[in-house]
Amino acid sequence: MTAVAAPPLVEMRDINVAFGGVHAVRDATIDLHAGEVVGLVGGNGAGKSTLMRVLSGARPADSGEILLNGKVVSIANPRDAKALNIETIYQTLALADNVDCPGNVFLGRELATSLGSLDDSSMEAETRKVMGRLNPNFKRFKMPVRSLSGGQRQAVAIARAVYFNARVLIMDEPTAALGPAETAQVRDLVRQLKDEGIGIFLISHDIHDVYELSDRVSIMYQGRIVDTVDKNDVTTDEIVSMIILGKRPEEATQKELAQLELGA
Amino acid sequence: MTNVADAAPVSGQAEPPARSSIRGLIAQTEIDLRLFGMLVALAAILLTFHILSGGKLFQANNMTTMAVQAANVAIIATGMVLIIVSRNIDLSVGSVVGFIAMTYALLMTDWMPALGMGVDFPFRWVIALAIGVLLGAFIGGVQGFIIAYIGVPSFIVTLGGLLSIRGAVWYLSNGAAVSGLDPTFQLIGGGATGSIGGTLTWVLAIVGGIAIVVLLMNSRRQRRRHGFALRPMWAEVLLGILGILAVVGVAAFANSNFWPPGLAERYATENGITPPPGGLKIPTGFPWPIILLIGVTLVMTWLATRRRFGRYVYAYGGNPDAAELAGINTRWTILKTYVLMGVLCSIAAAIAAARLNGSTLDVGTSYELYVIAAAVVGGTSFAGGIGTIPGAVLGAFVMQSLAYGLSFMGVNSPGQNVVAGIVLIVAVGFDTLNRRRGGGS
Repeated sequence: MTAVAAPPLVEMRDINVAFGGVHAVRDATIDLHAGEVVGLVGGNGAGKSTLMRVLSGARPADSGEILLNGKVVSIANPRDAKALNIETIYQTLALADNVDCPGNVFLGRELATSLGSLDDSSMEAETRKVMGRLNPNFKRFKMPVRSLSGGQRQAVAIARAVYFNARVLIMDEPTAALGPAETAQVRDLVRQLKDEGIGIFLISHDIHDVYELSDRVSIMYQGRIVDTVDKNDVTTDEIVSMIILGKRPEEATQKELAQLELGA
Repeated sequence: MTNVADAAPVSGQAEPPARSSIRGLIAQTEIDLRLFGMLVALAAILLTFHILSGGKLFQANNMTTMAVQAANVAIIATGMVLIIVSRNIDLSVGSVVGFIAMTYALLMTDWMPALGMGVDFPFRWVIALAIGVLLGAFIGGVQGFIIAYIGVPSFIVTLGGLLSIRGAVWYLSNGAAVSGLDPTFQLIGGGATGSIGGTLTWVLAIVGGIAIVVLLMNSRRQRRRHGFALRPMWAEVLLGILGILAVVGVAAFANSNFWPPGLAERYATENGITPPPGGLKIPTGFPWPIILLIGVTLVMTWLATRRRFGRYVYAYGGNPDAAELAGINTRWTILKTYVLMGVLCSIAAAIAAARLNGSTLDVGTSYELYVIAAAVVGGTSFAGGIGTIPGAVLGAFVMQSLAYGLSFMGVNSPGQNVVAGIVLIVAVGFDTLNRRRGGGS
């Protein structure tokens, strides 16, 4: 708590996003340090993905500011975010199904020859390197990603995010579509990236996933951040109660907690 | 029989193509099966009508005429592919062709002479062509802007274009047909004089043959540099030989078409040549519309497959959100597809006007339908993200060969339309079933 000197890698202050009349994110403030994993949890519609879409440039905020290493930055679109080395693995993966694996990894940032034409063989060679790290058995580099399995598609989406020297990585439900073995692979990857000094925002429905990987956990409820807690200070049960009640444990009444026990 | 499942590749990885089967051998050559199938279909159509016509159809002059008739639709279809791939449509192409064709005609008959650029003015035809191309780009740009930046559906914008631009043609010429173009401009339309001649055709064939070999070698070198799997040598040689044979064969066929006897005789007397017994035989070679089509096909294929622009068009068609989230400027990409389409329309308009030696109110009418049909028969999918430029060109030739074959057999134009419509539905029906079974590309 004494290390005040270095500003956080990312700081989002008083972020507000509204869709028509629906206030999806209200006055949310959250931060992230280098080499840290911050888990973002909450029920459906709590605003986790929307808050992260602000950071990745997919949906700019209506108000609030974003600081990177203590400096205010403007992120109006995905290009801005990528220019600041903020990479995102979307829940939908955001892959062009009709394009092959190298085409997707380099989408929007294609390698080109000196004459400006696509350098497909260099892109394939680079993709082989990065995919070799994530999924050594992968060989279908020429196939449209439509024909790949869920795990392989996930690997393509991750490859795209980690290839370009991310400083901040947003992972939105990275294991939702995966089997146990592939989930373990993604967990290893998260630890590895964290050791490399990358800051990671991890959105997940799976409390255990978040609890195991995160250093801190931010709980969202109806667009607000209920609390941000150090993982070692709370139990998973306390996190669950915050997700459901939208209150810190000390604020909740005995009656509410009792009902929660009954429900569980 | 019980181990069928076990025989399947375990991890879902691509198995190396089996060497034994024919399918495996074809896979090793990496030939596009869909394009190959369309070539076979085209050959089958021509052969059928050739036999039905008692062996008269498949002659150089008939095939040249057919190809020139297909060229306009094929040129526009290359642009329609990119527009349909990116989940849009352009219904205005026929009207744009009509408008620009009329502009060419009026430029050369009225407007340029009025500005002192009479018949003798140098490079009149180049100036006219440049104005037409810019006009096409402008019309495409305006429609593209409304579609991409304002967000009006392309169907509506270009339907409006179809109506209003066709109406504007009437105002250009006050309802009159206009004729009398620059003699050089007329060459763009083809015909015996509007062809590049025997020698140039051979030069082109040789250049094409060399290009095929260079491309094959270059691709092999690229693969070796990165240590990727190489095509077997026999497949490389086979592809090279087939490619060269095709180019040389088409050139020889084009050169077996000669100037009409009357024209050749006049040419002989004008140039003081004594015609040999049996008359002077001057090979026409490729007509200019075909040269333009070849050029357009090469450039468009290069744009679609070798440039970022093409990659973005296909990525947007496959998943618009993914393209947006990847940081692609999707609106600008869509706008460019329409600008490109306008330019292609101006080229087609030049061919149409040159063939007519002028323009009428209904030049280009119904082009949008033939063009969309060509693209779709050529494998372009309305679901977006799928379609190839060479496929659309072949699609245009398939549709035109049907129409030409039927008219050769004396079937009138309503009858041709009945057949064309049915073939369109059947072709896409087969394609849909095929895709569903193949579960992919």
